[in-house]
Amino acid sequence: MTSPLEQKIRITGPSIVTANRTFDGAVIYRNASQGWSTELAEAAIVRTVAEARALLAESVADDIGAVGAYIAPVDINDGGAIKPGNLRELIRLRGVTIELPVPA
Amino acid sequence: MPLVKNGKIATDIFVHVPDGAELPGDGAILVSAARFLEDREALLRRPGNLGVIWPNNRDVDDLVPWLDRLAAVALVFPTFRDGRAYSQARLLRERHGYEGELRATGQVLRDQFVFMLRAGFDTLEAKKQSDVEAFAVTAKRYSVFYQPTGDGRLTALNRRLQQRHSESAASE
Amino acid sequence: MYAYDELDRTLINERVEEFRDQVKRRLSGELTEDEFKMLRLQNGVYLQLHAYMFRVAIPYGTLSSQQLRRLAHVARRYDRGYGHFTTRQNIQFNWIKLAELPDALADLAEVGIHAMQTSGNNTRNVTSDQWAGVAPGEIEDPRIWSELLRQYTTLHPEFSFLPRKFKFAITASAHDRAAIKIHDIGLRLHKNAQGETGFEVLVGGGLGRTPFIAKTIKPFVHGRDLLSYVEAILRVYNQYGRRDNIYKARIKILVHELGIEKFAAEVEEEWRAMGDSALTLDDAVIEEVRSRFSYPIYEKLPHMPEELKKAAHDGVFERWRRNSVFTHKVQGYAIVTLSLKPVGGPPGDATADQMDAVADLADKYSFGEIRVGHEQNLALPHVAKRDLPALFKALDRIGLATPNVNLISDIIACPGLDYCSLANARSIPIAQELTRRFASPETAELIGRLHINISGCINACGHHHVGHIGILGVEKNAEEFYQITIGGRADENAELGVLIGPAVPFGEVADVIEDIVEAYLALRERPDELFVDTVKRLGVEPFRERVYATR
Repeated sequence: MTSPLEQKIRITGPSIVTANRTFDGAVIYRNASQGWSTELAEAAIVRTVAEARALLAESVADDIGAVGAYIAPVDINDGGAIKPGNLRELIRLRGVTIELPVPA
Repeated sequence: MPLVKNGKIATDIFVHVPDGAELPGDGAILVSAARFLEDREALLRRPGNLGVIWPNNRDVDDLVPWLDRLAAVALVFPTFRDGRAYSQARLLRERHGYEGELRATGQVLRDQFVFMLRAGFDTLEAKKQSDVEAFAVTAKRYSVFYQPTGDGRLTALNRRLQQRHSESAASE
Repeated sequence: MYAYDELDRTLINERVEEFRDQVKRRLSGELTEDEFKMLRLQNGVYLQLHAYMFRVAIPYGTLSSQQLRRLAHVARRYDRGYGHFTTRQNIQFNWIKLAELPDALADLAEVGIHAMQTSGNNTRNVTSDQWAGVAPGEIEDPRIWSELLRQYTTLHPEFSFLPRKFKFAITASAHDRAAIKIHDIGLRLHKNAQGETGFEVLVGGGLGRTPFIAKTIKPFVHGRDLLSYVEAILRVYNQYGRRDNIYKARIKILVHELGIEKFAAEVEEEWRAMGDSALTLDDAVIEEVRSRFSYPIYEKLPHMPEELKKAAHDGVFERWRRNSVFTHKVQGYAIVTLSLKPVGGPPGDATADQMDAVADLADKYSFGEIRVGHEQNLALPHVAKRDLPALFKALDRIGLATPNVNLISDIIACPGLDYCSLANARSIPIAQELTRRFASPETAELIGRLHINISGCINACGHHHVGHIGILGVEKNAEEFYQITIGGRADENAELGVLIGPAVPFGEVADVIEDIVEAYLALRERPDELFVDTVKRLGVEPFRERVYATR
């Protein structure tokens, strides 16, 4: 889980672009219609470095809507559902792995 | 390039002459430090005001001997996050008594205007027209300052001491 | 307690209005993120995994009850009902919305709290001993000088865009509770032969990728020259610190590359060139600041009050008193540490309800004052000993009386991968499991003083390098692994810990710590030989053997 903000673009499998929403910091995923969604299921999948670069470029261009966009790995299960591809993305999707001091 | 000079939107009378280009016959010019150091006598003899663009990774000491013959010194912010020119500005103003135009160039943005004024810059080559237009409002943003610079503003500590003095004088 | 006056409050309010305007321009697109990021950092606003994180300054770790209540309000109104106290005496909120930040800042400004320069490449919170002003044997209150430094460094026009962050710490006691040797500038307040107050100035301490213990640059700088001398150091750093590589940009690298003698000479030359400085502090100015620190009017109280005698039979109270209550410089009073490290809990967190309750207890028992320590615990600095039994009951009710201060389960940990976008691995679950393994107060007491520090990445916000046991999260094959070091110290004998062997996976860390503790208990010369002294005496080898024998 090296901070992806320091990574070169390297695609080892299906990947997505994710960021944080500017006004409130919520986790968002780049979808296939030049927009963002808070649902991982709606994330656009890229499979090559070229596709990833293009999706990232378009994401980064939305400077007002999103901050800190980067490419993250995902797993696609047998049913075709998109799952987070590492622990960091799992935590971003589901929240902290510990109990919050005050239950949400 | 939008310019603020002495608190007002101004037209730039200085022409930036790139290295290798011919110097205009007269009029105010800005040349690079390299050119100045190489061509110094010729540049100083030339009619018309002379300004030097001094890089932020070089000691201003090397420019000090000629400060009283320069109409302008331009310092550089390669990005607004590179704060070396603030030290250079203060040294020029406060240590070496430089009184000519001190110009901020590079990524000069309105959120650093107050710092620049306090460090001694009187001329700002702003990146954005909208920033220049917001100058008056921006410059008045702060009225309390904690540390002394050459800008003559009283620090909070000094204002408090003054207050104390006048209070005790009044009670005598 | 330092009382902000109209000038201080005006500055904070002007800062809030400036940031409100900057947020507005960011959300409208007038400012790009590239232009805005450093501005928000200068107001303590980070982007983390799930949300923004908001770091609020608690200058030299001192809070009034009114201020603590306002922090509780921010936690409720703008966040998820809790806050996290940090290793630099600040507080962090993890779920704040950028759009609401100006309002949160305005609410805080009303009680003299701000978030100026809690992040960014500028001068950060000036931290100090959380027992400042009340510790026995303290030379004088270091917070006076912390406040002078705080004002001097706040919105300094020359030093707001340094090569990298810059941290100060001040101590005025023989035992350094402020960890000055791991700061960019560390200041040890003491008196010279003429009885004048001054500072041993140390530079170039810091952890992270390349940890260094600070070196003395000048053994005595007179108090009146503190600010001018600091300005000389900052000016040399601002001009010559590296800006080409963020991992080589701290002053510790510059000091290391030049050598301390050459660096000291550069600073001395700059300082001499400053001549008669406007920064020279005359007595009137120092007294002005000193006069705005108010101190309690202590009663004349007996050393052993009746209430304490009566409570001595209560084993649970006595255990807490022995562990969490410390000698005050005034007879009849005590300094009480409130452990924020409950068994199974995330270290250093407090809920809004707990904050409000502590504020009430501070009003009742501590002249309305609370302290925040860099070990992520709170303290009530002026408790009359006769009130200790009642205070204990109240703290126990709100879960802030775990008798583990300075013991193995008093763990210092960064937020780690659960929160932080820089992290390689989680730190909080490791801390939680360790508190469960060592939950027994008898066991913890048997082991004695032992500081565990956990960092989720090499940035070392958990100060693992100087932990008696340090745990560092690393990534290996996309899994969480942890390097273990032992023998580090953060105090006046500061030194860096030594790696005991290859990194171990998440699931084995607690077992490894148990092995290390077992080795210590078997090897210590006497029950009161501290873990860190046993390591010093025997070296790392016996511990390495024990841990890696079966791994």
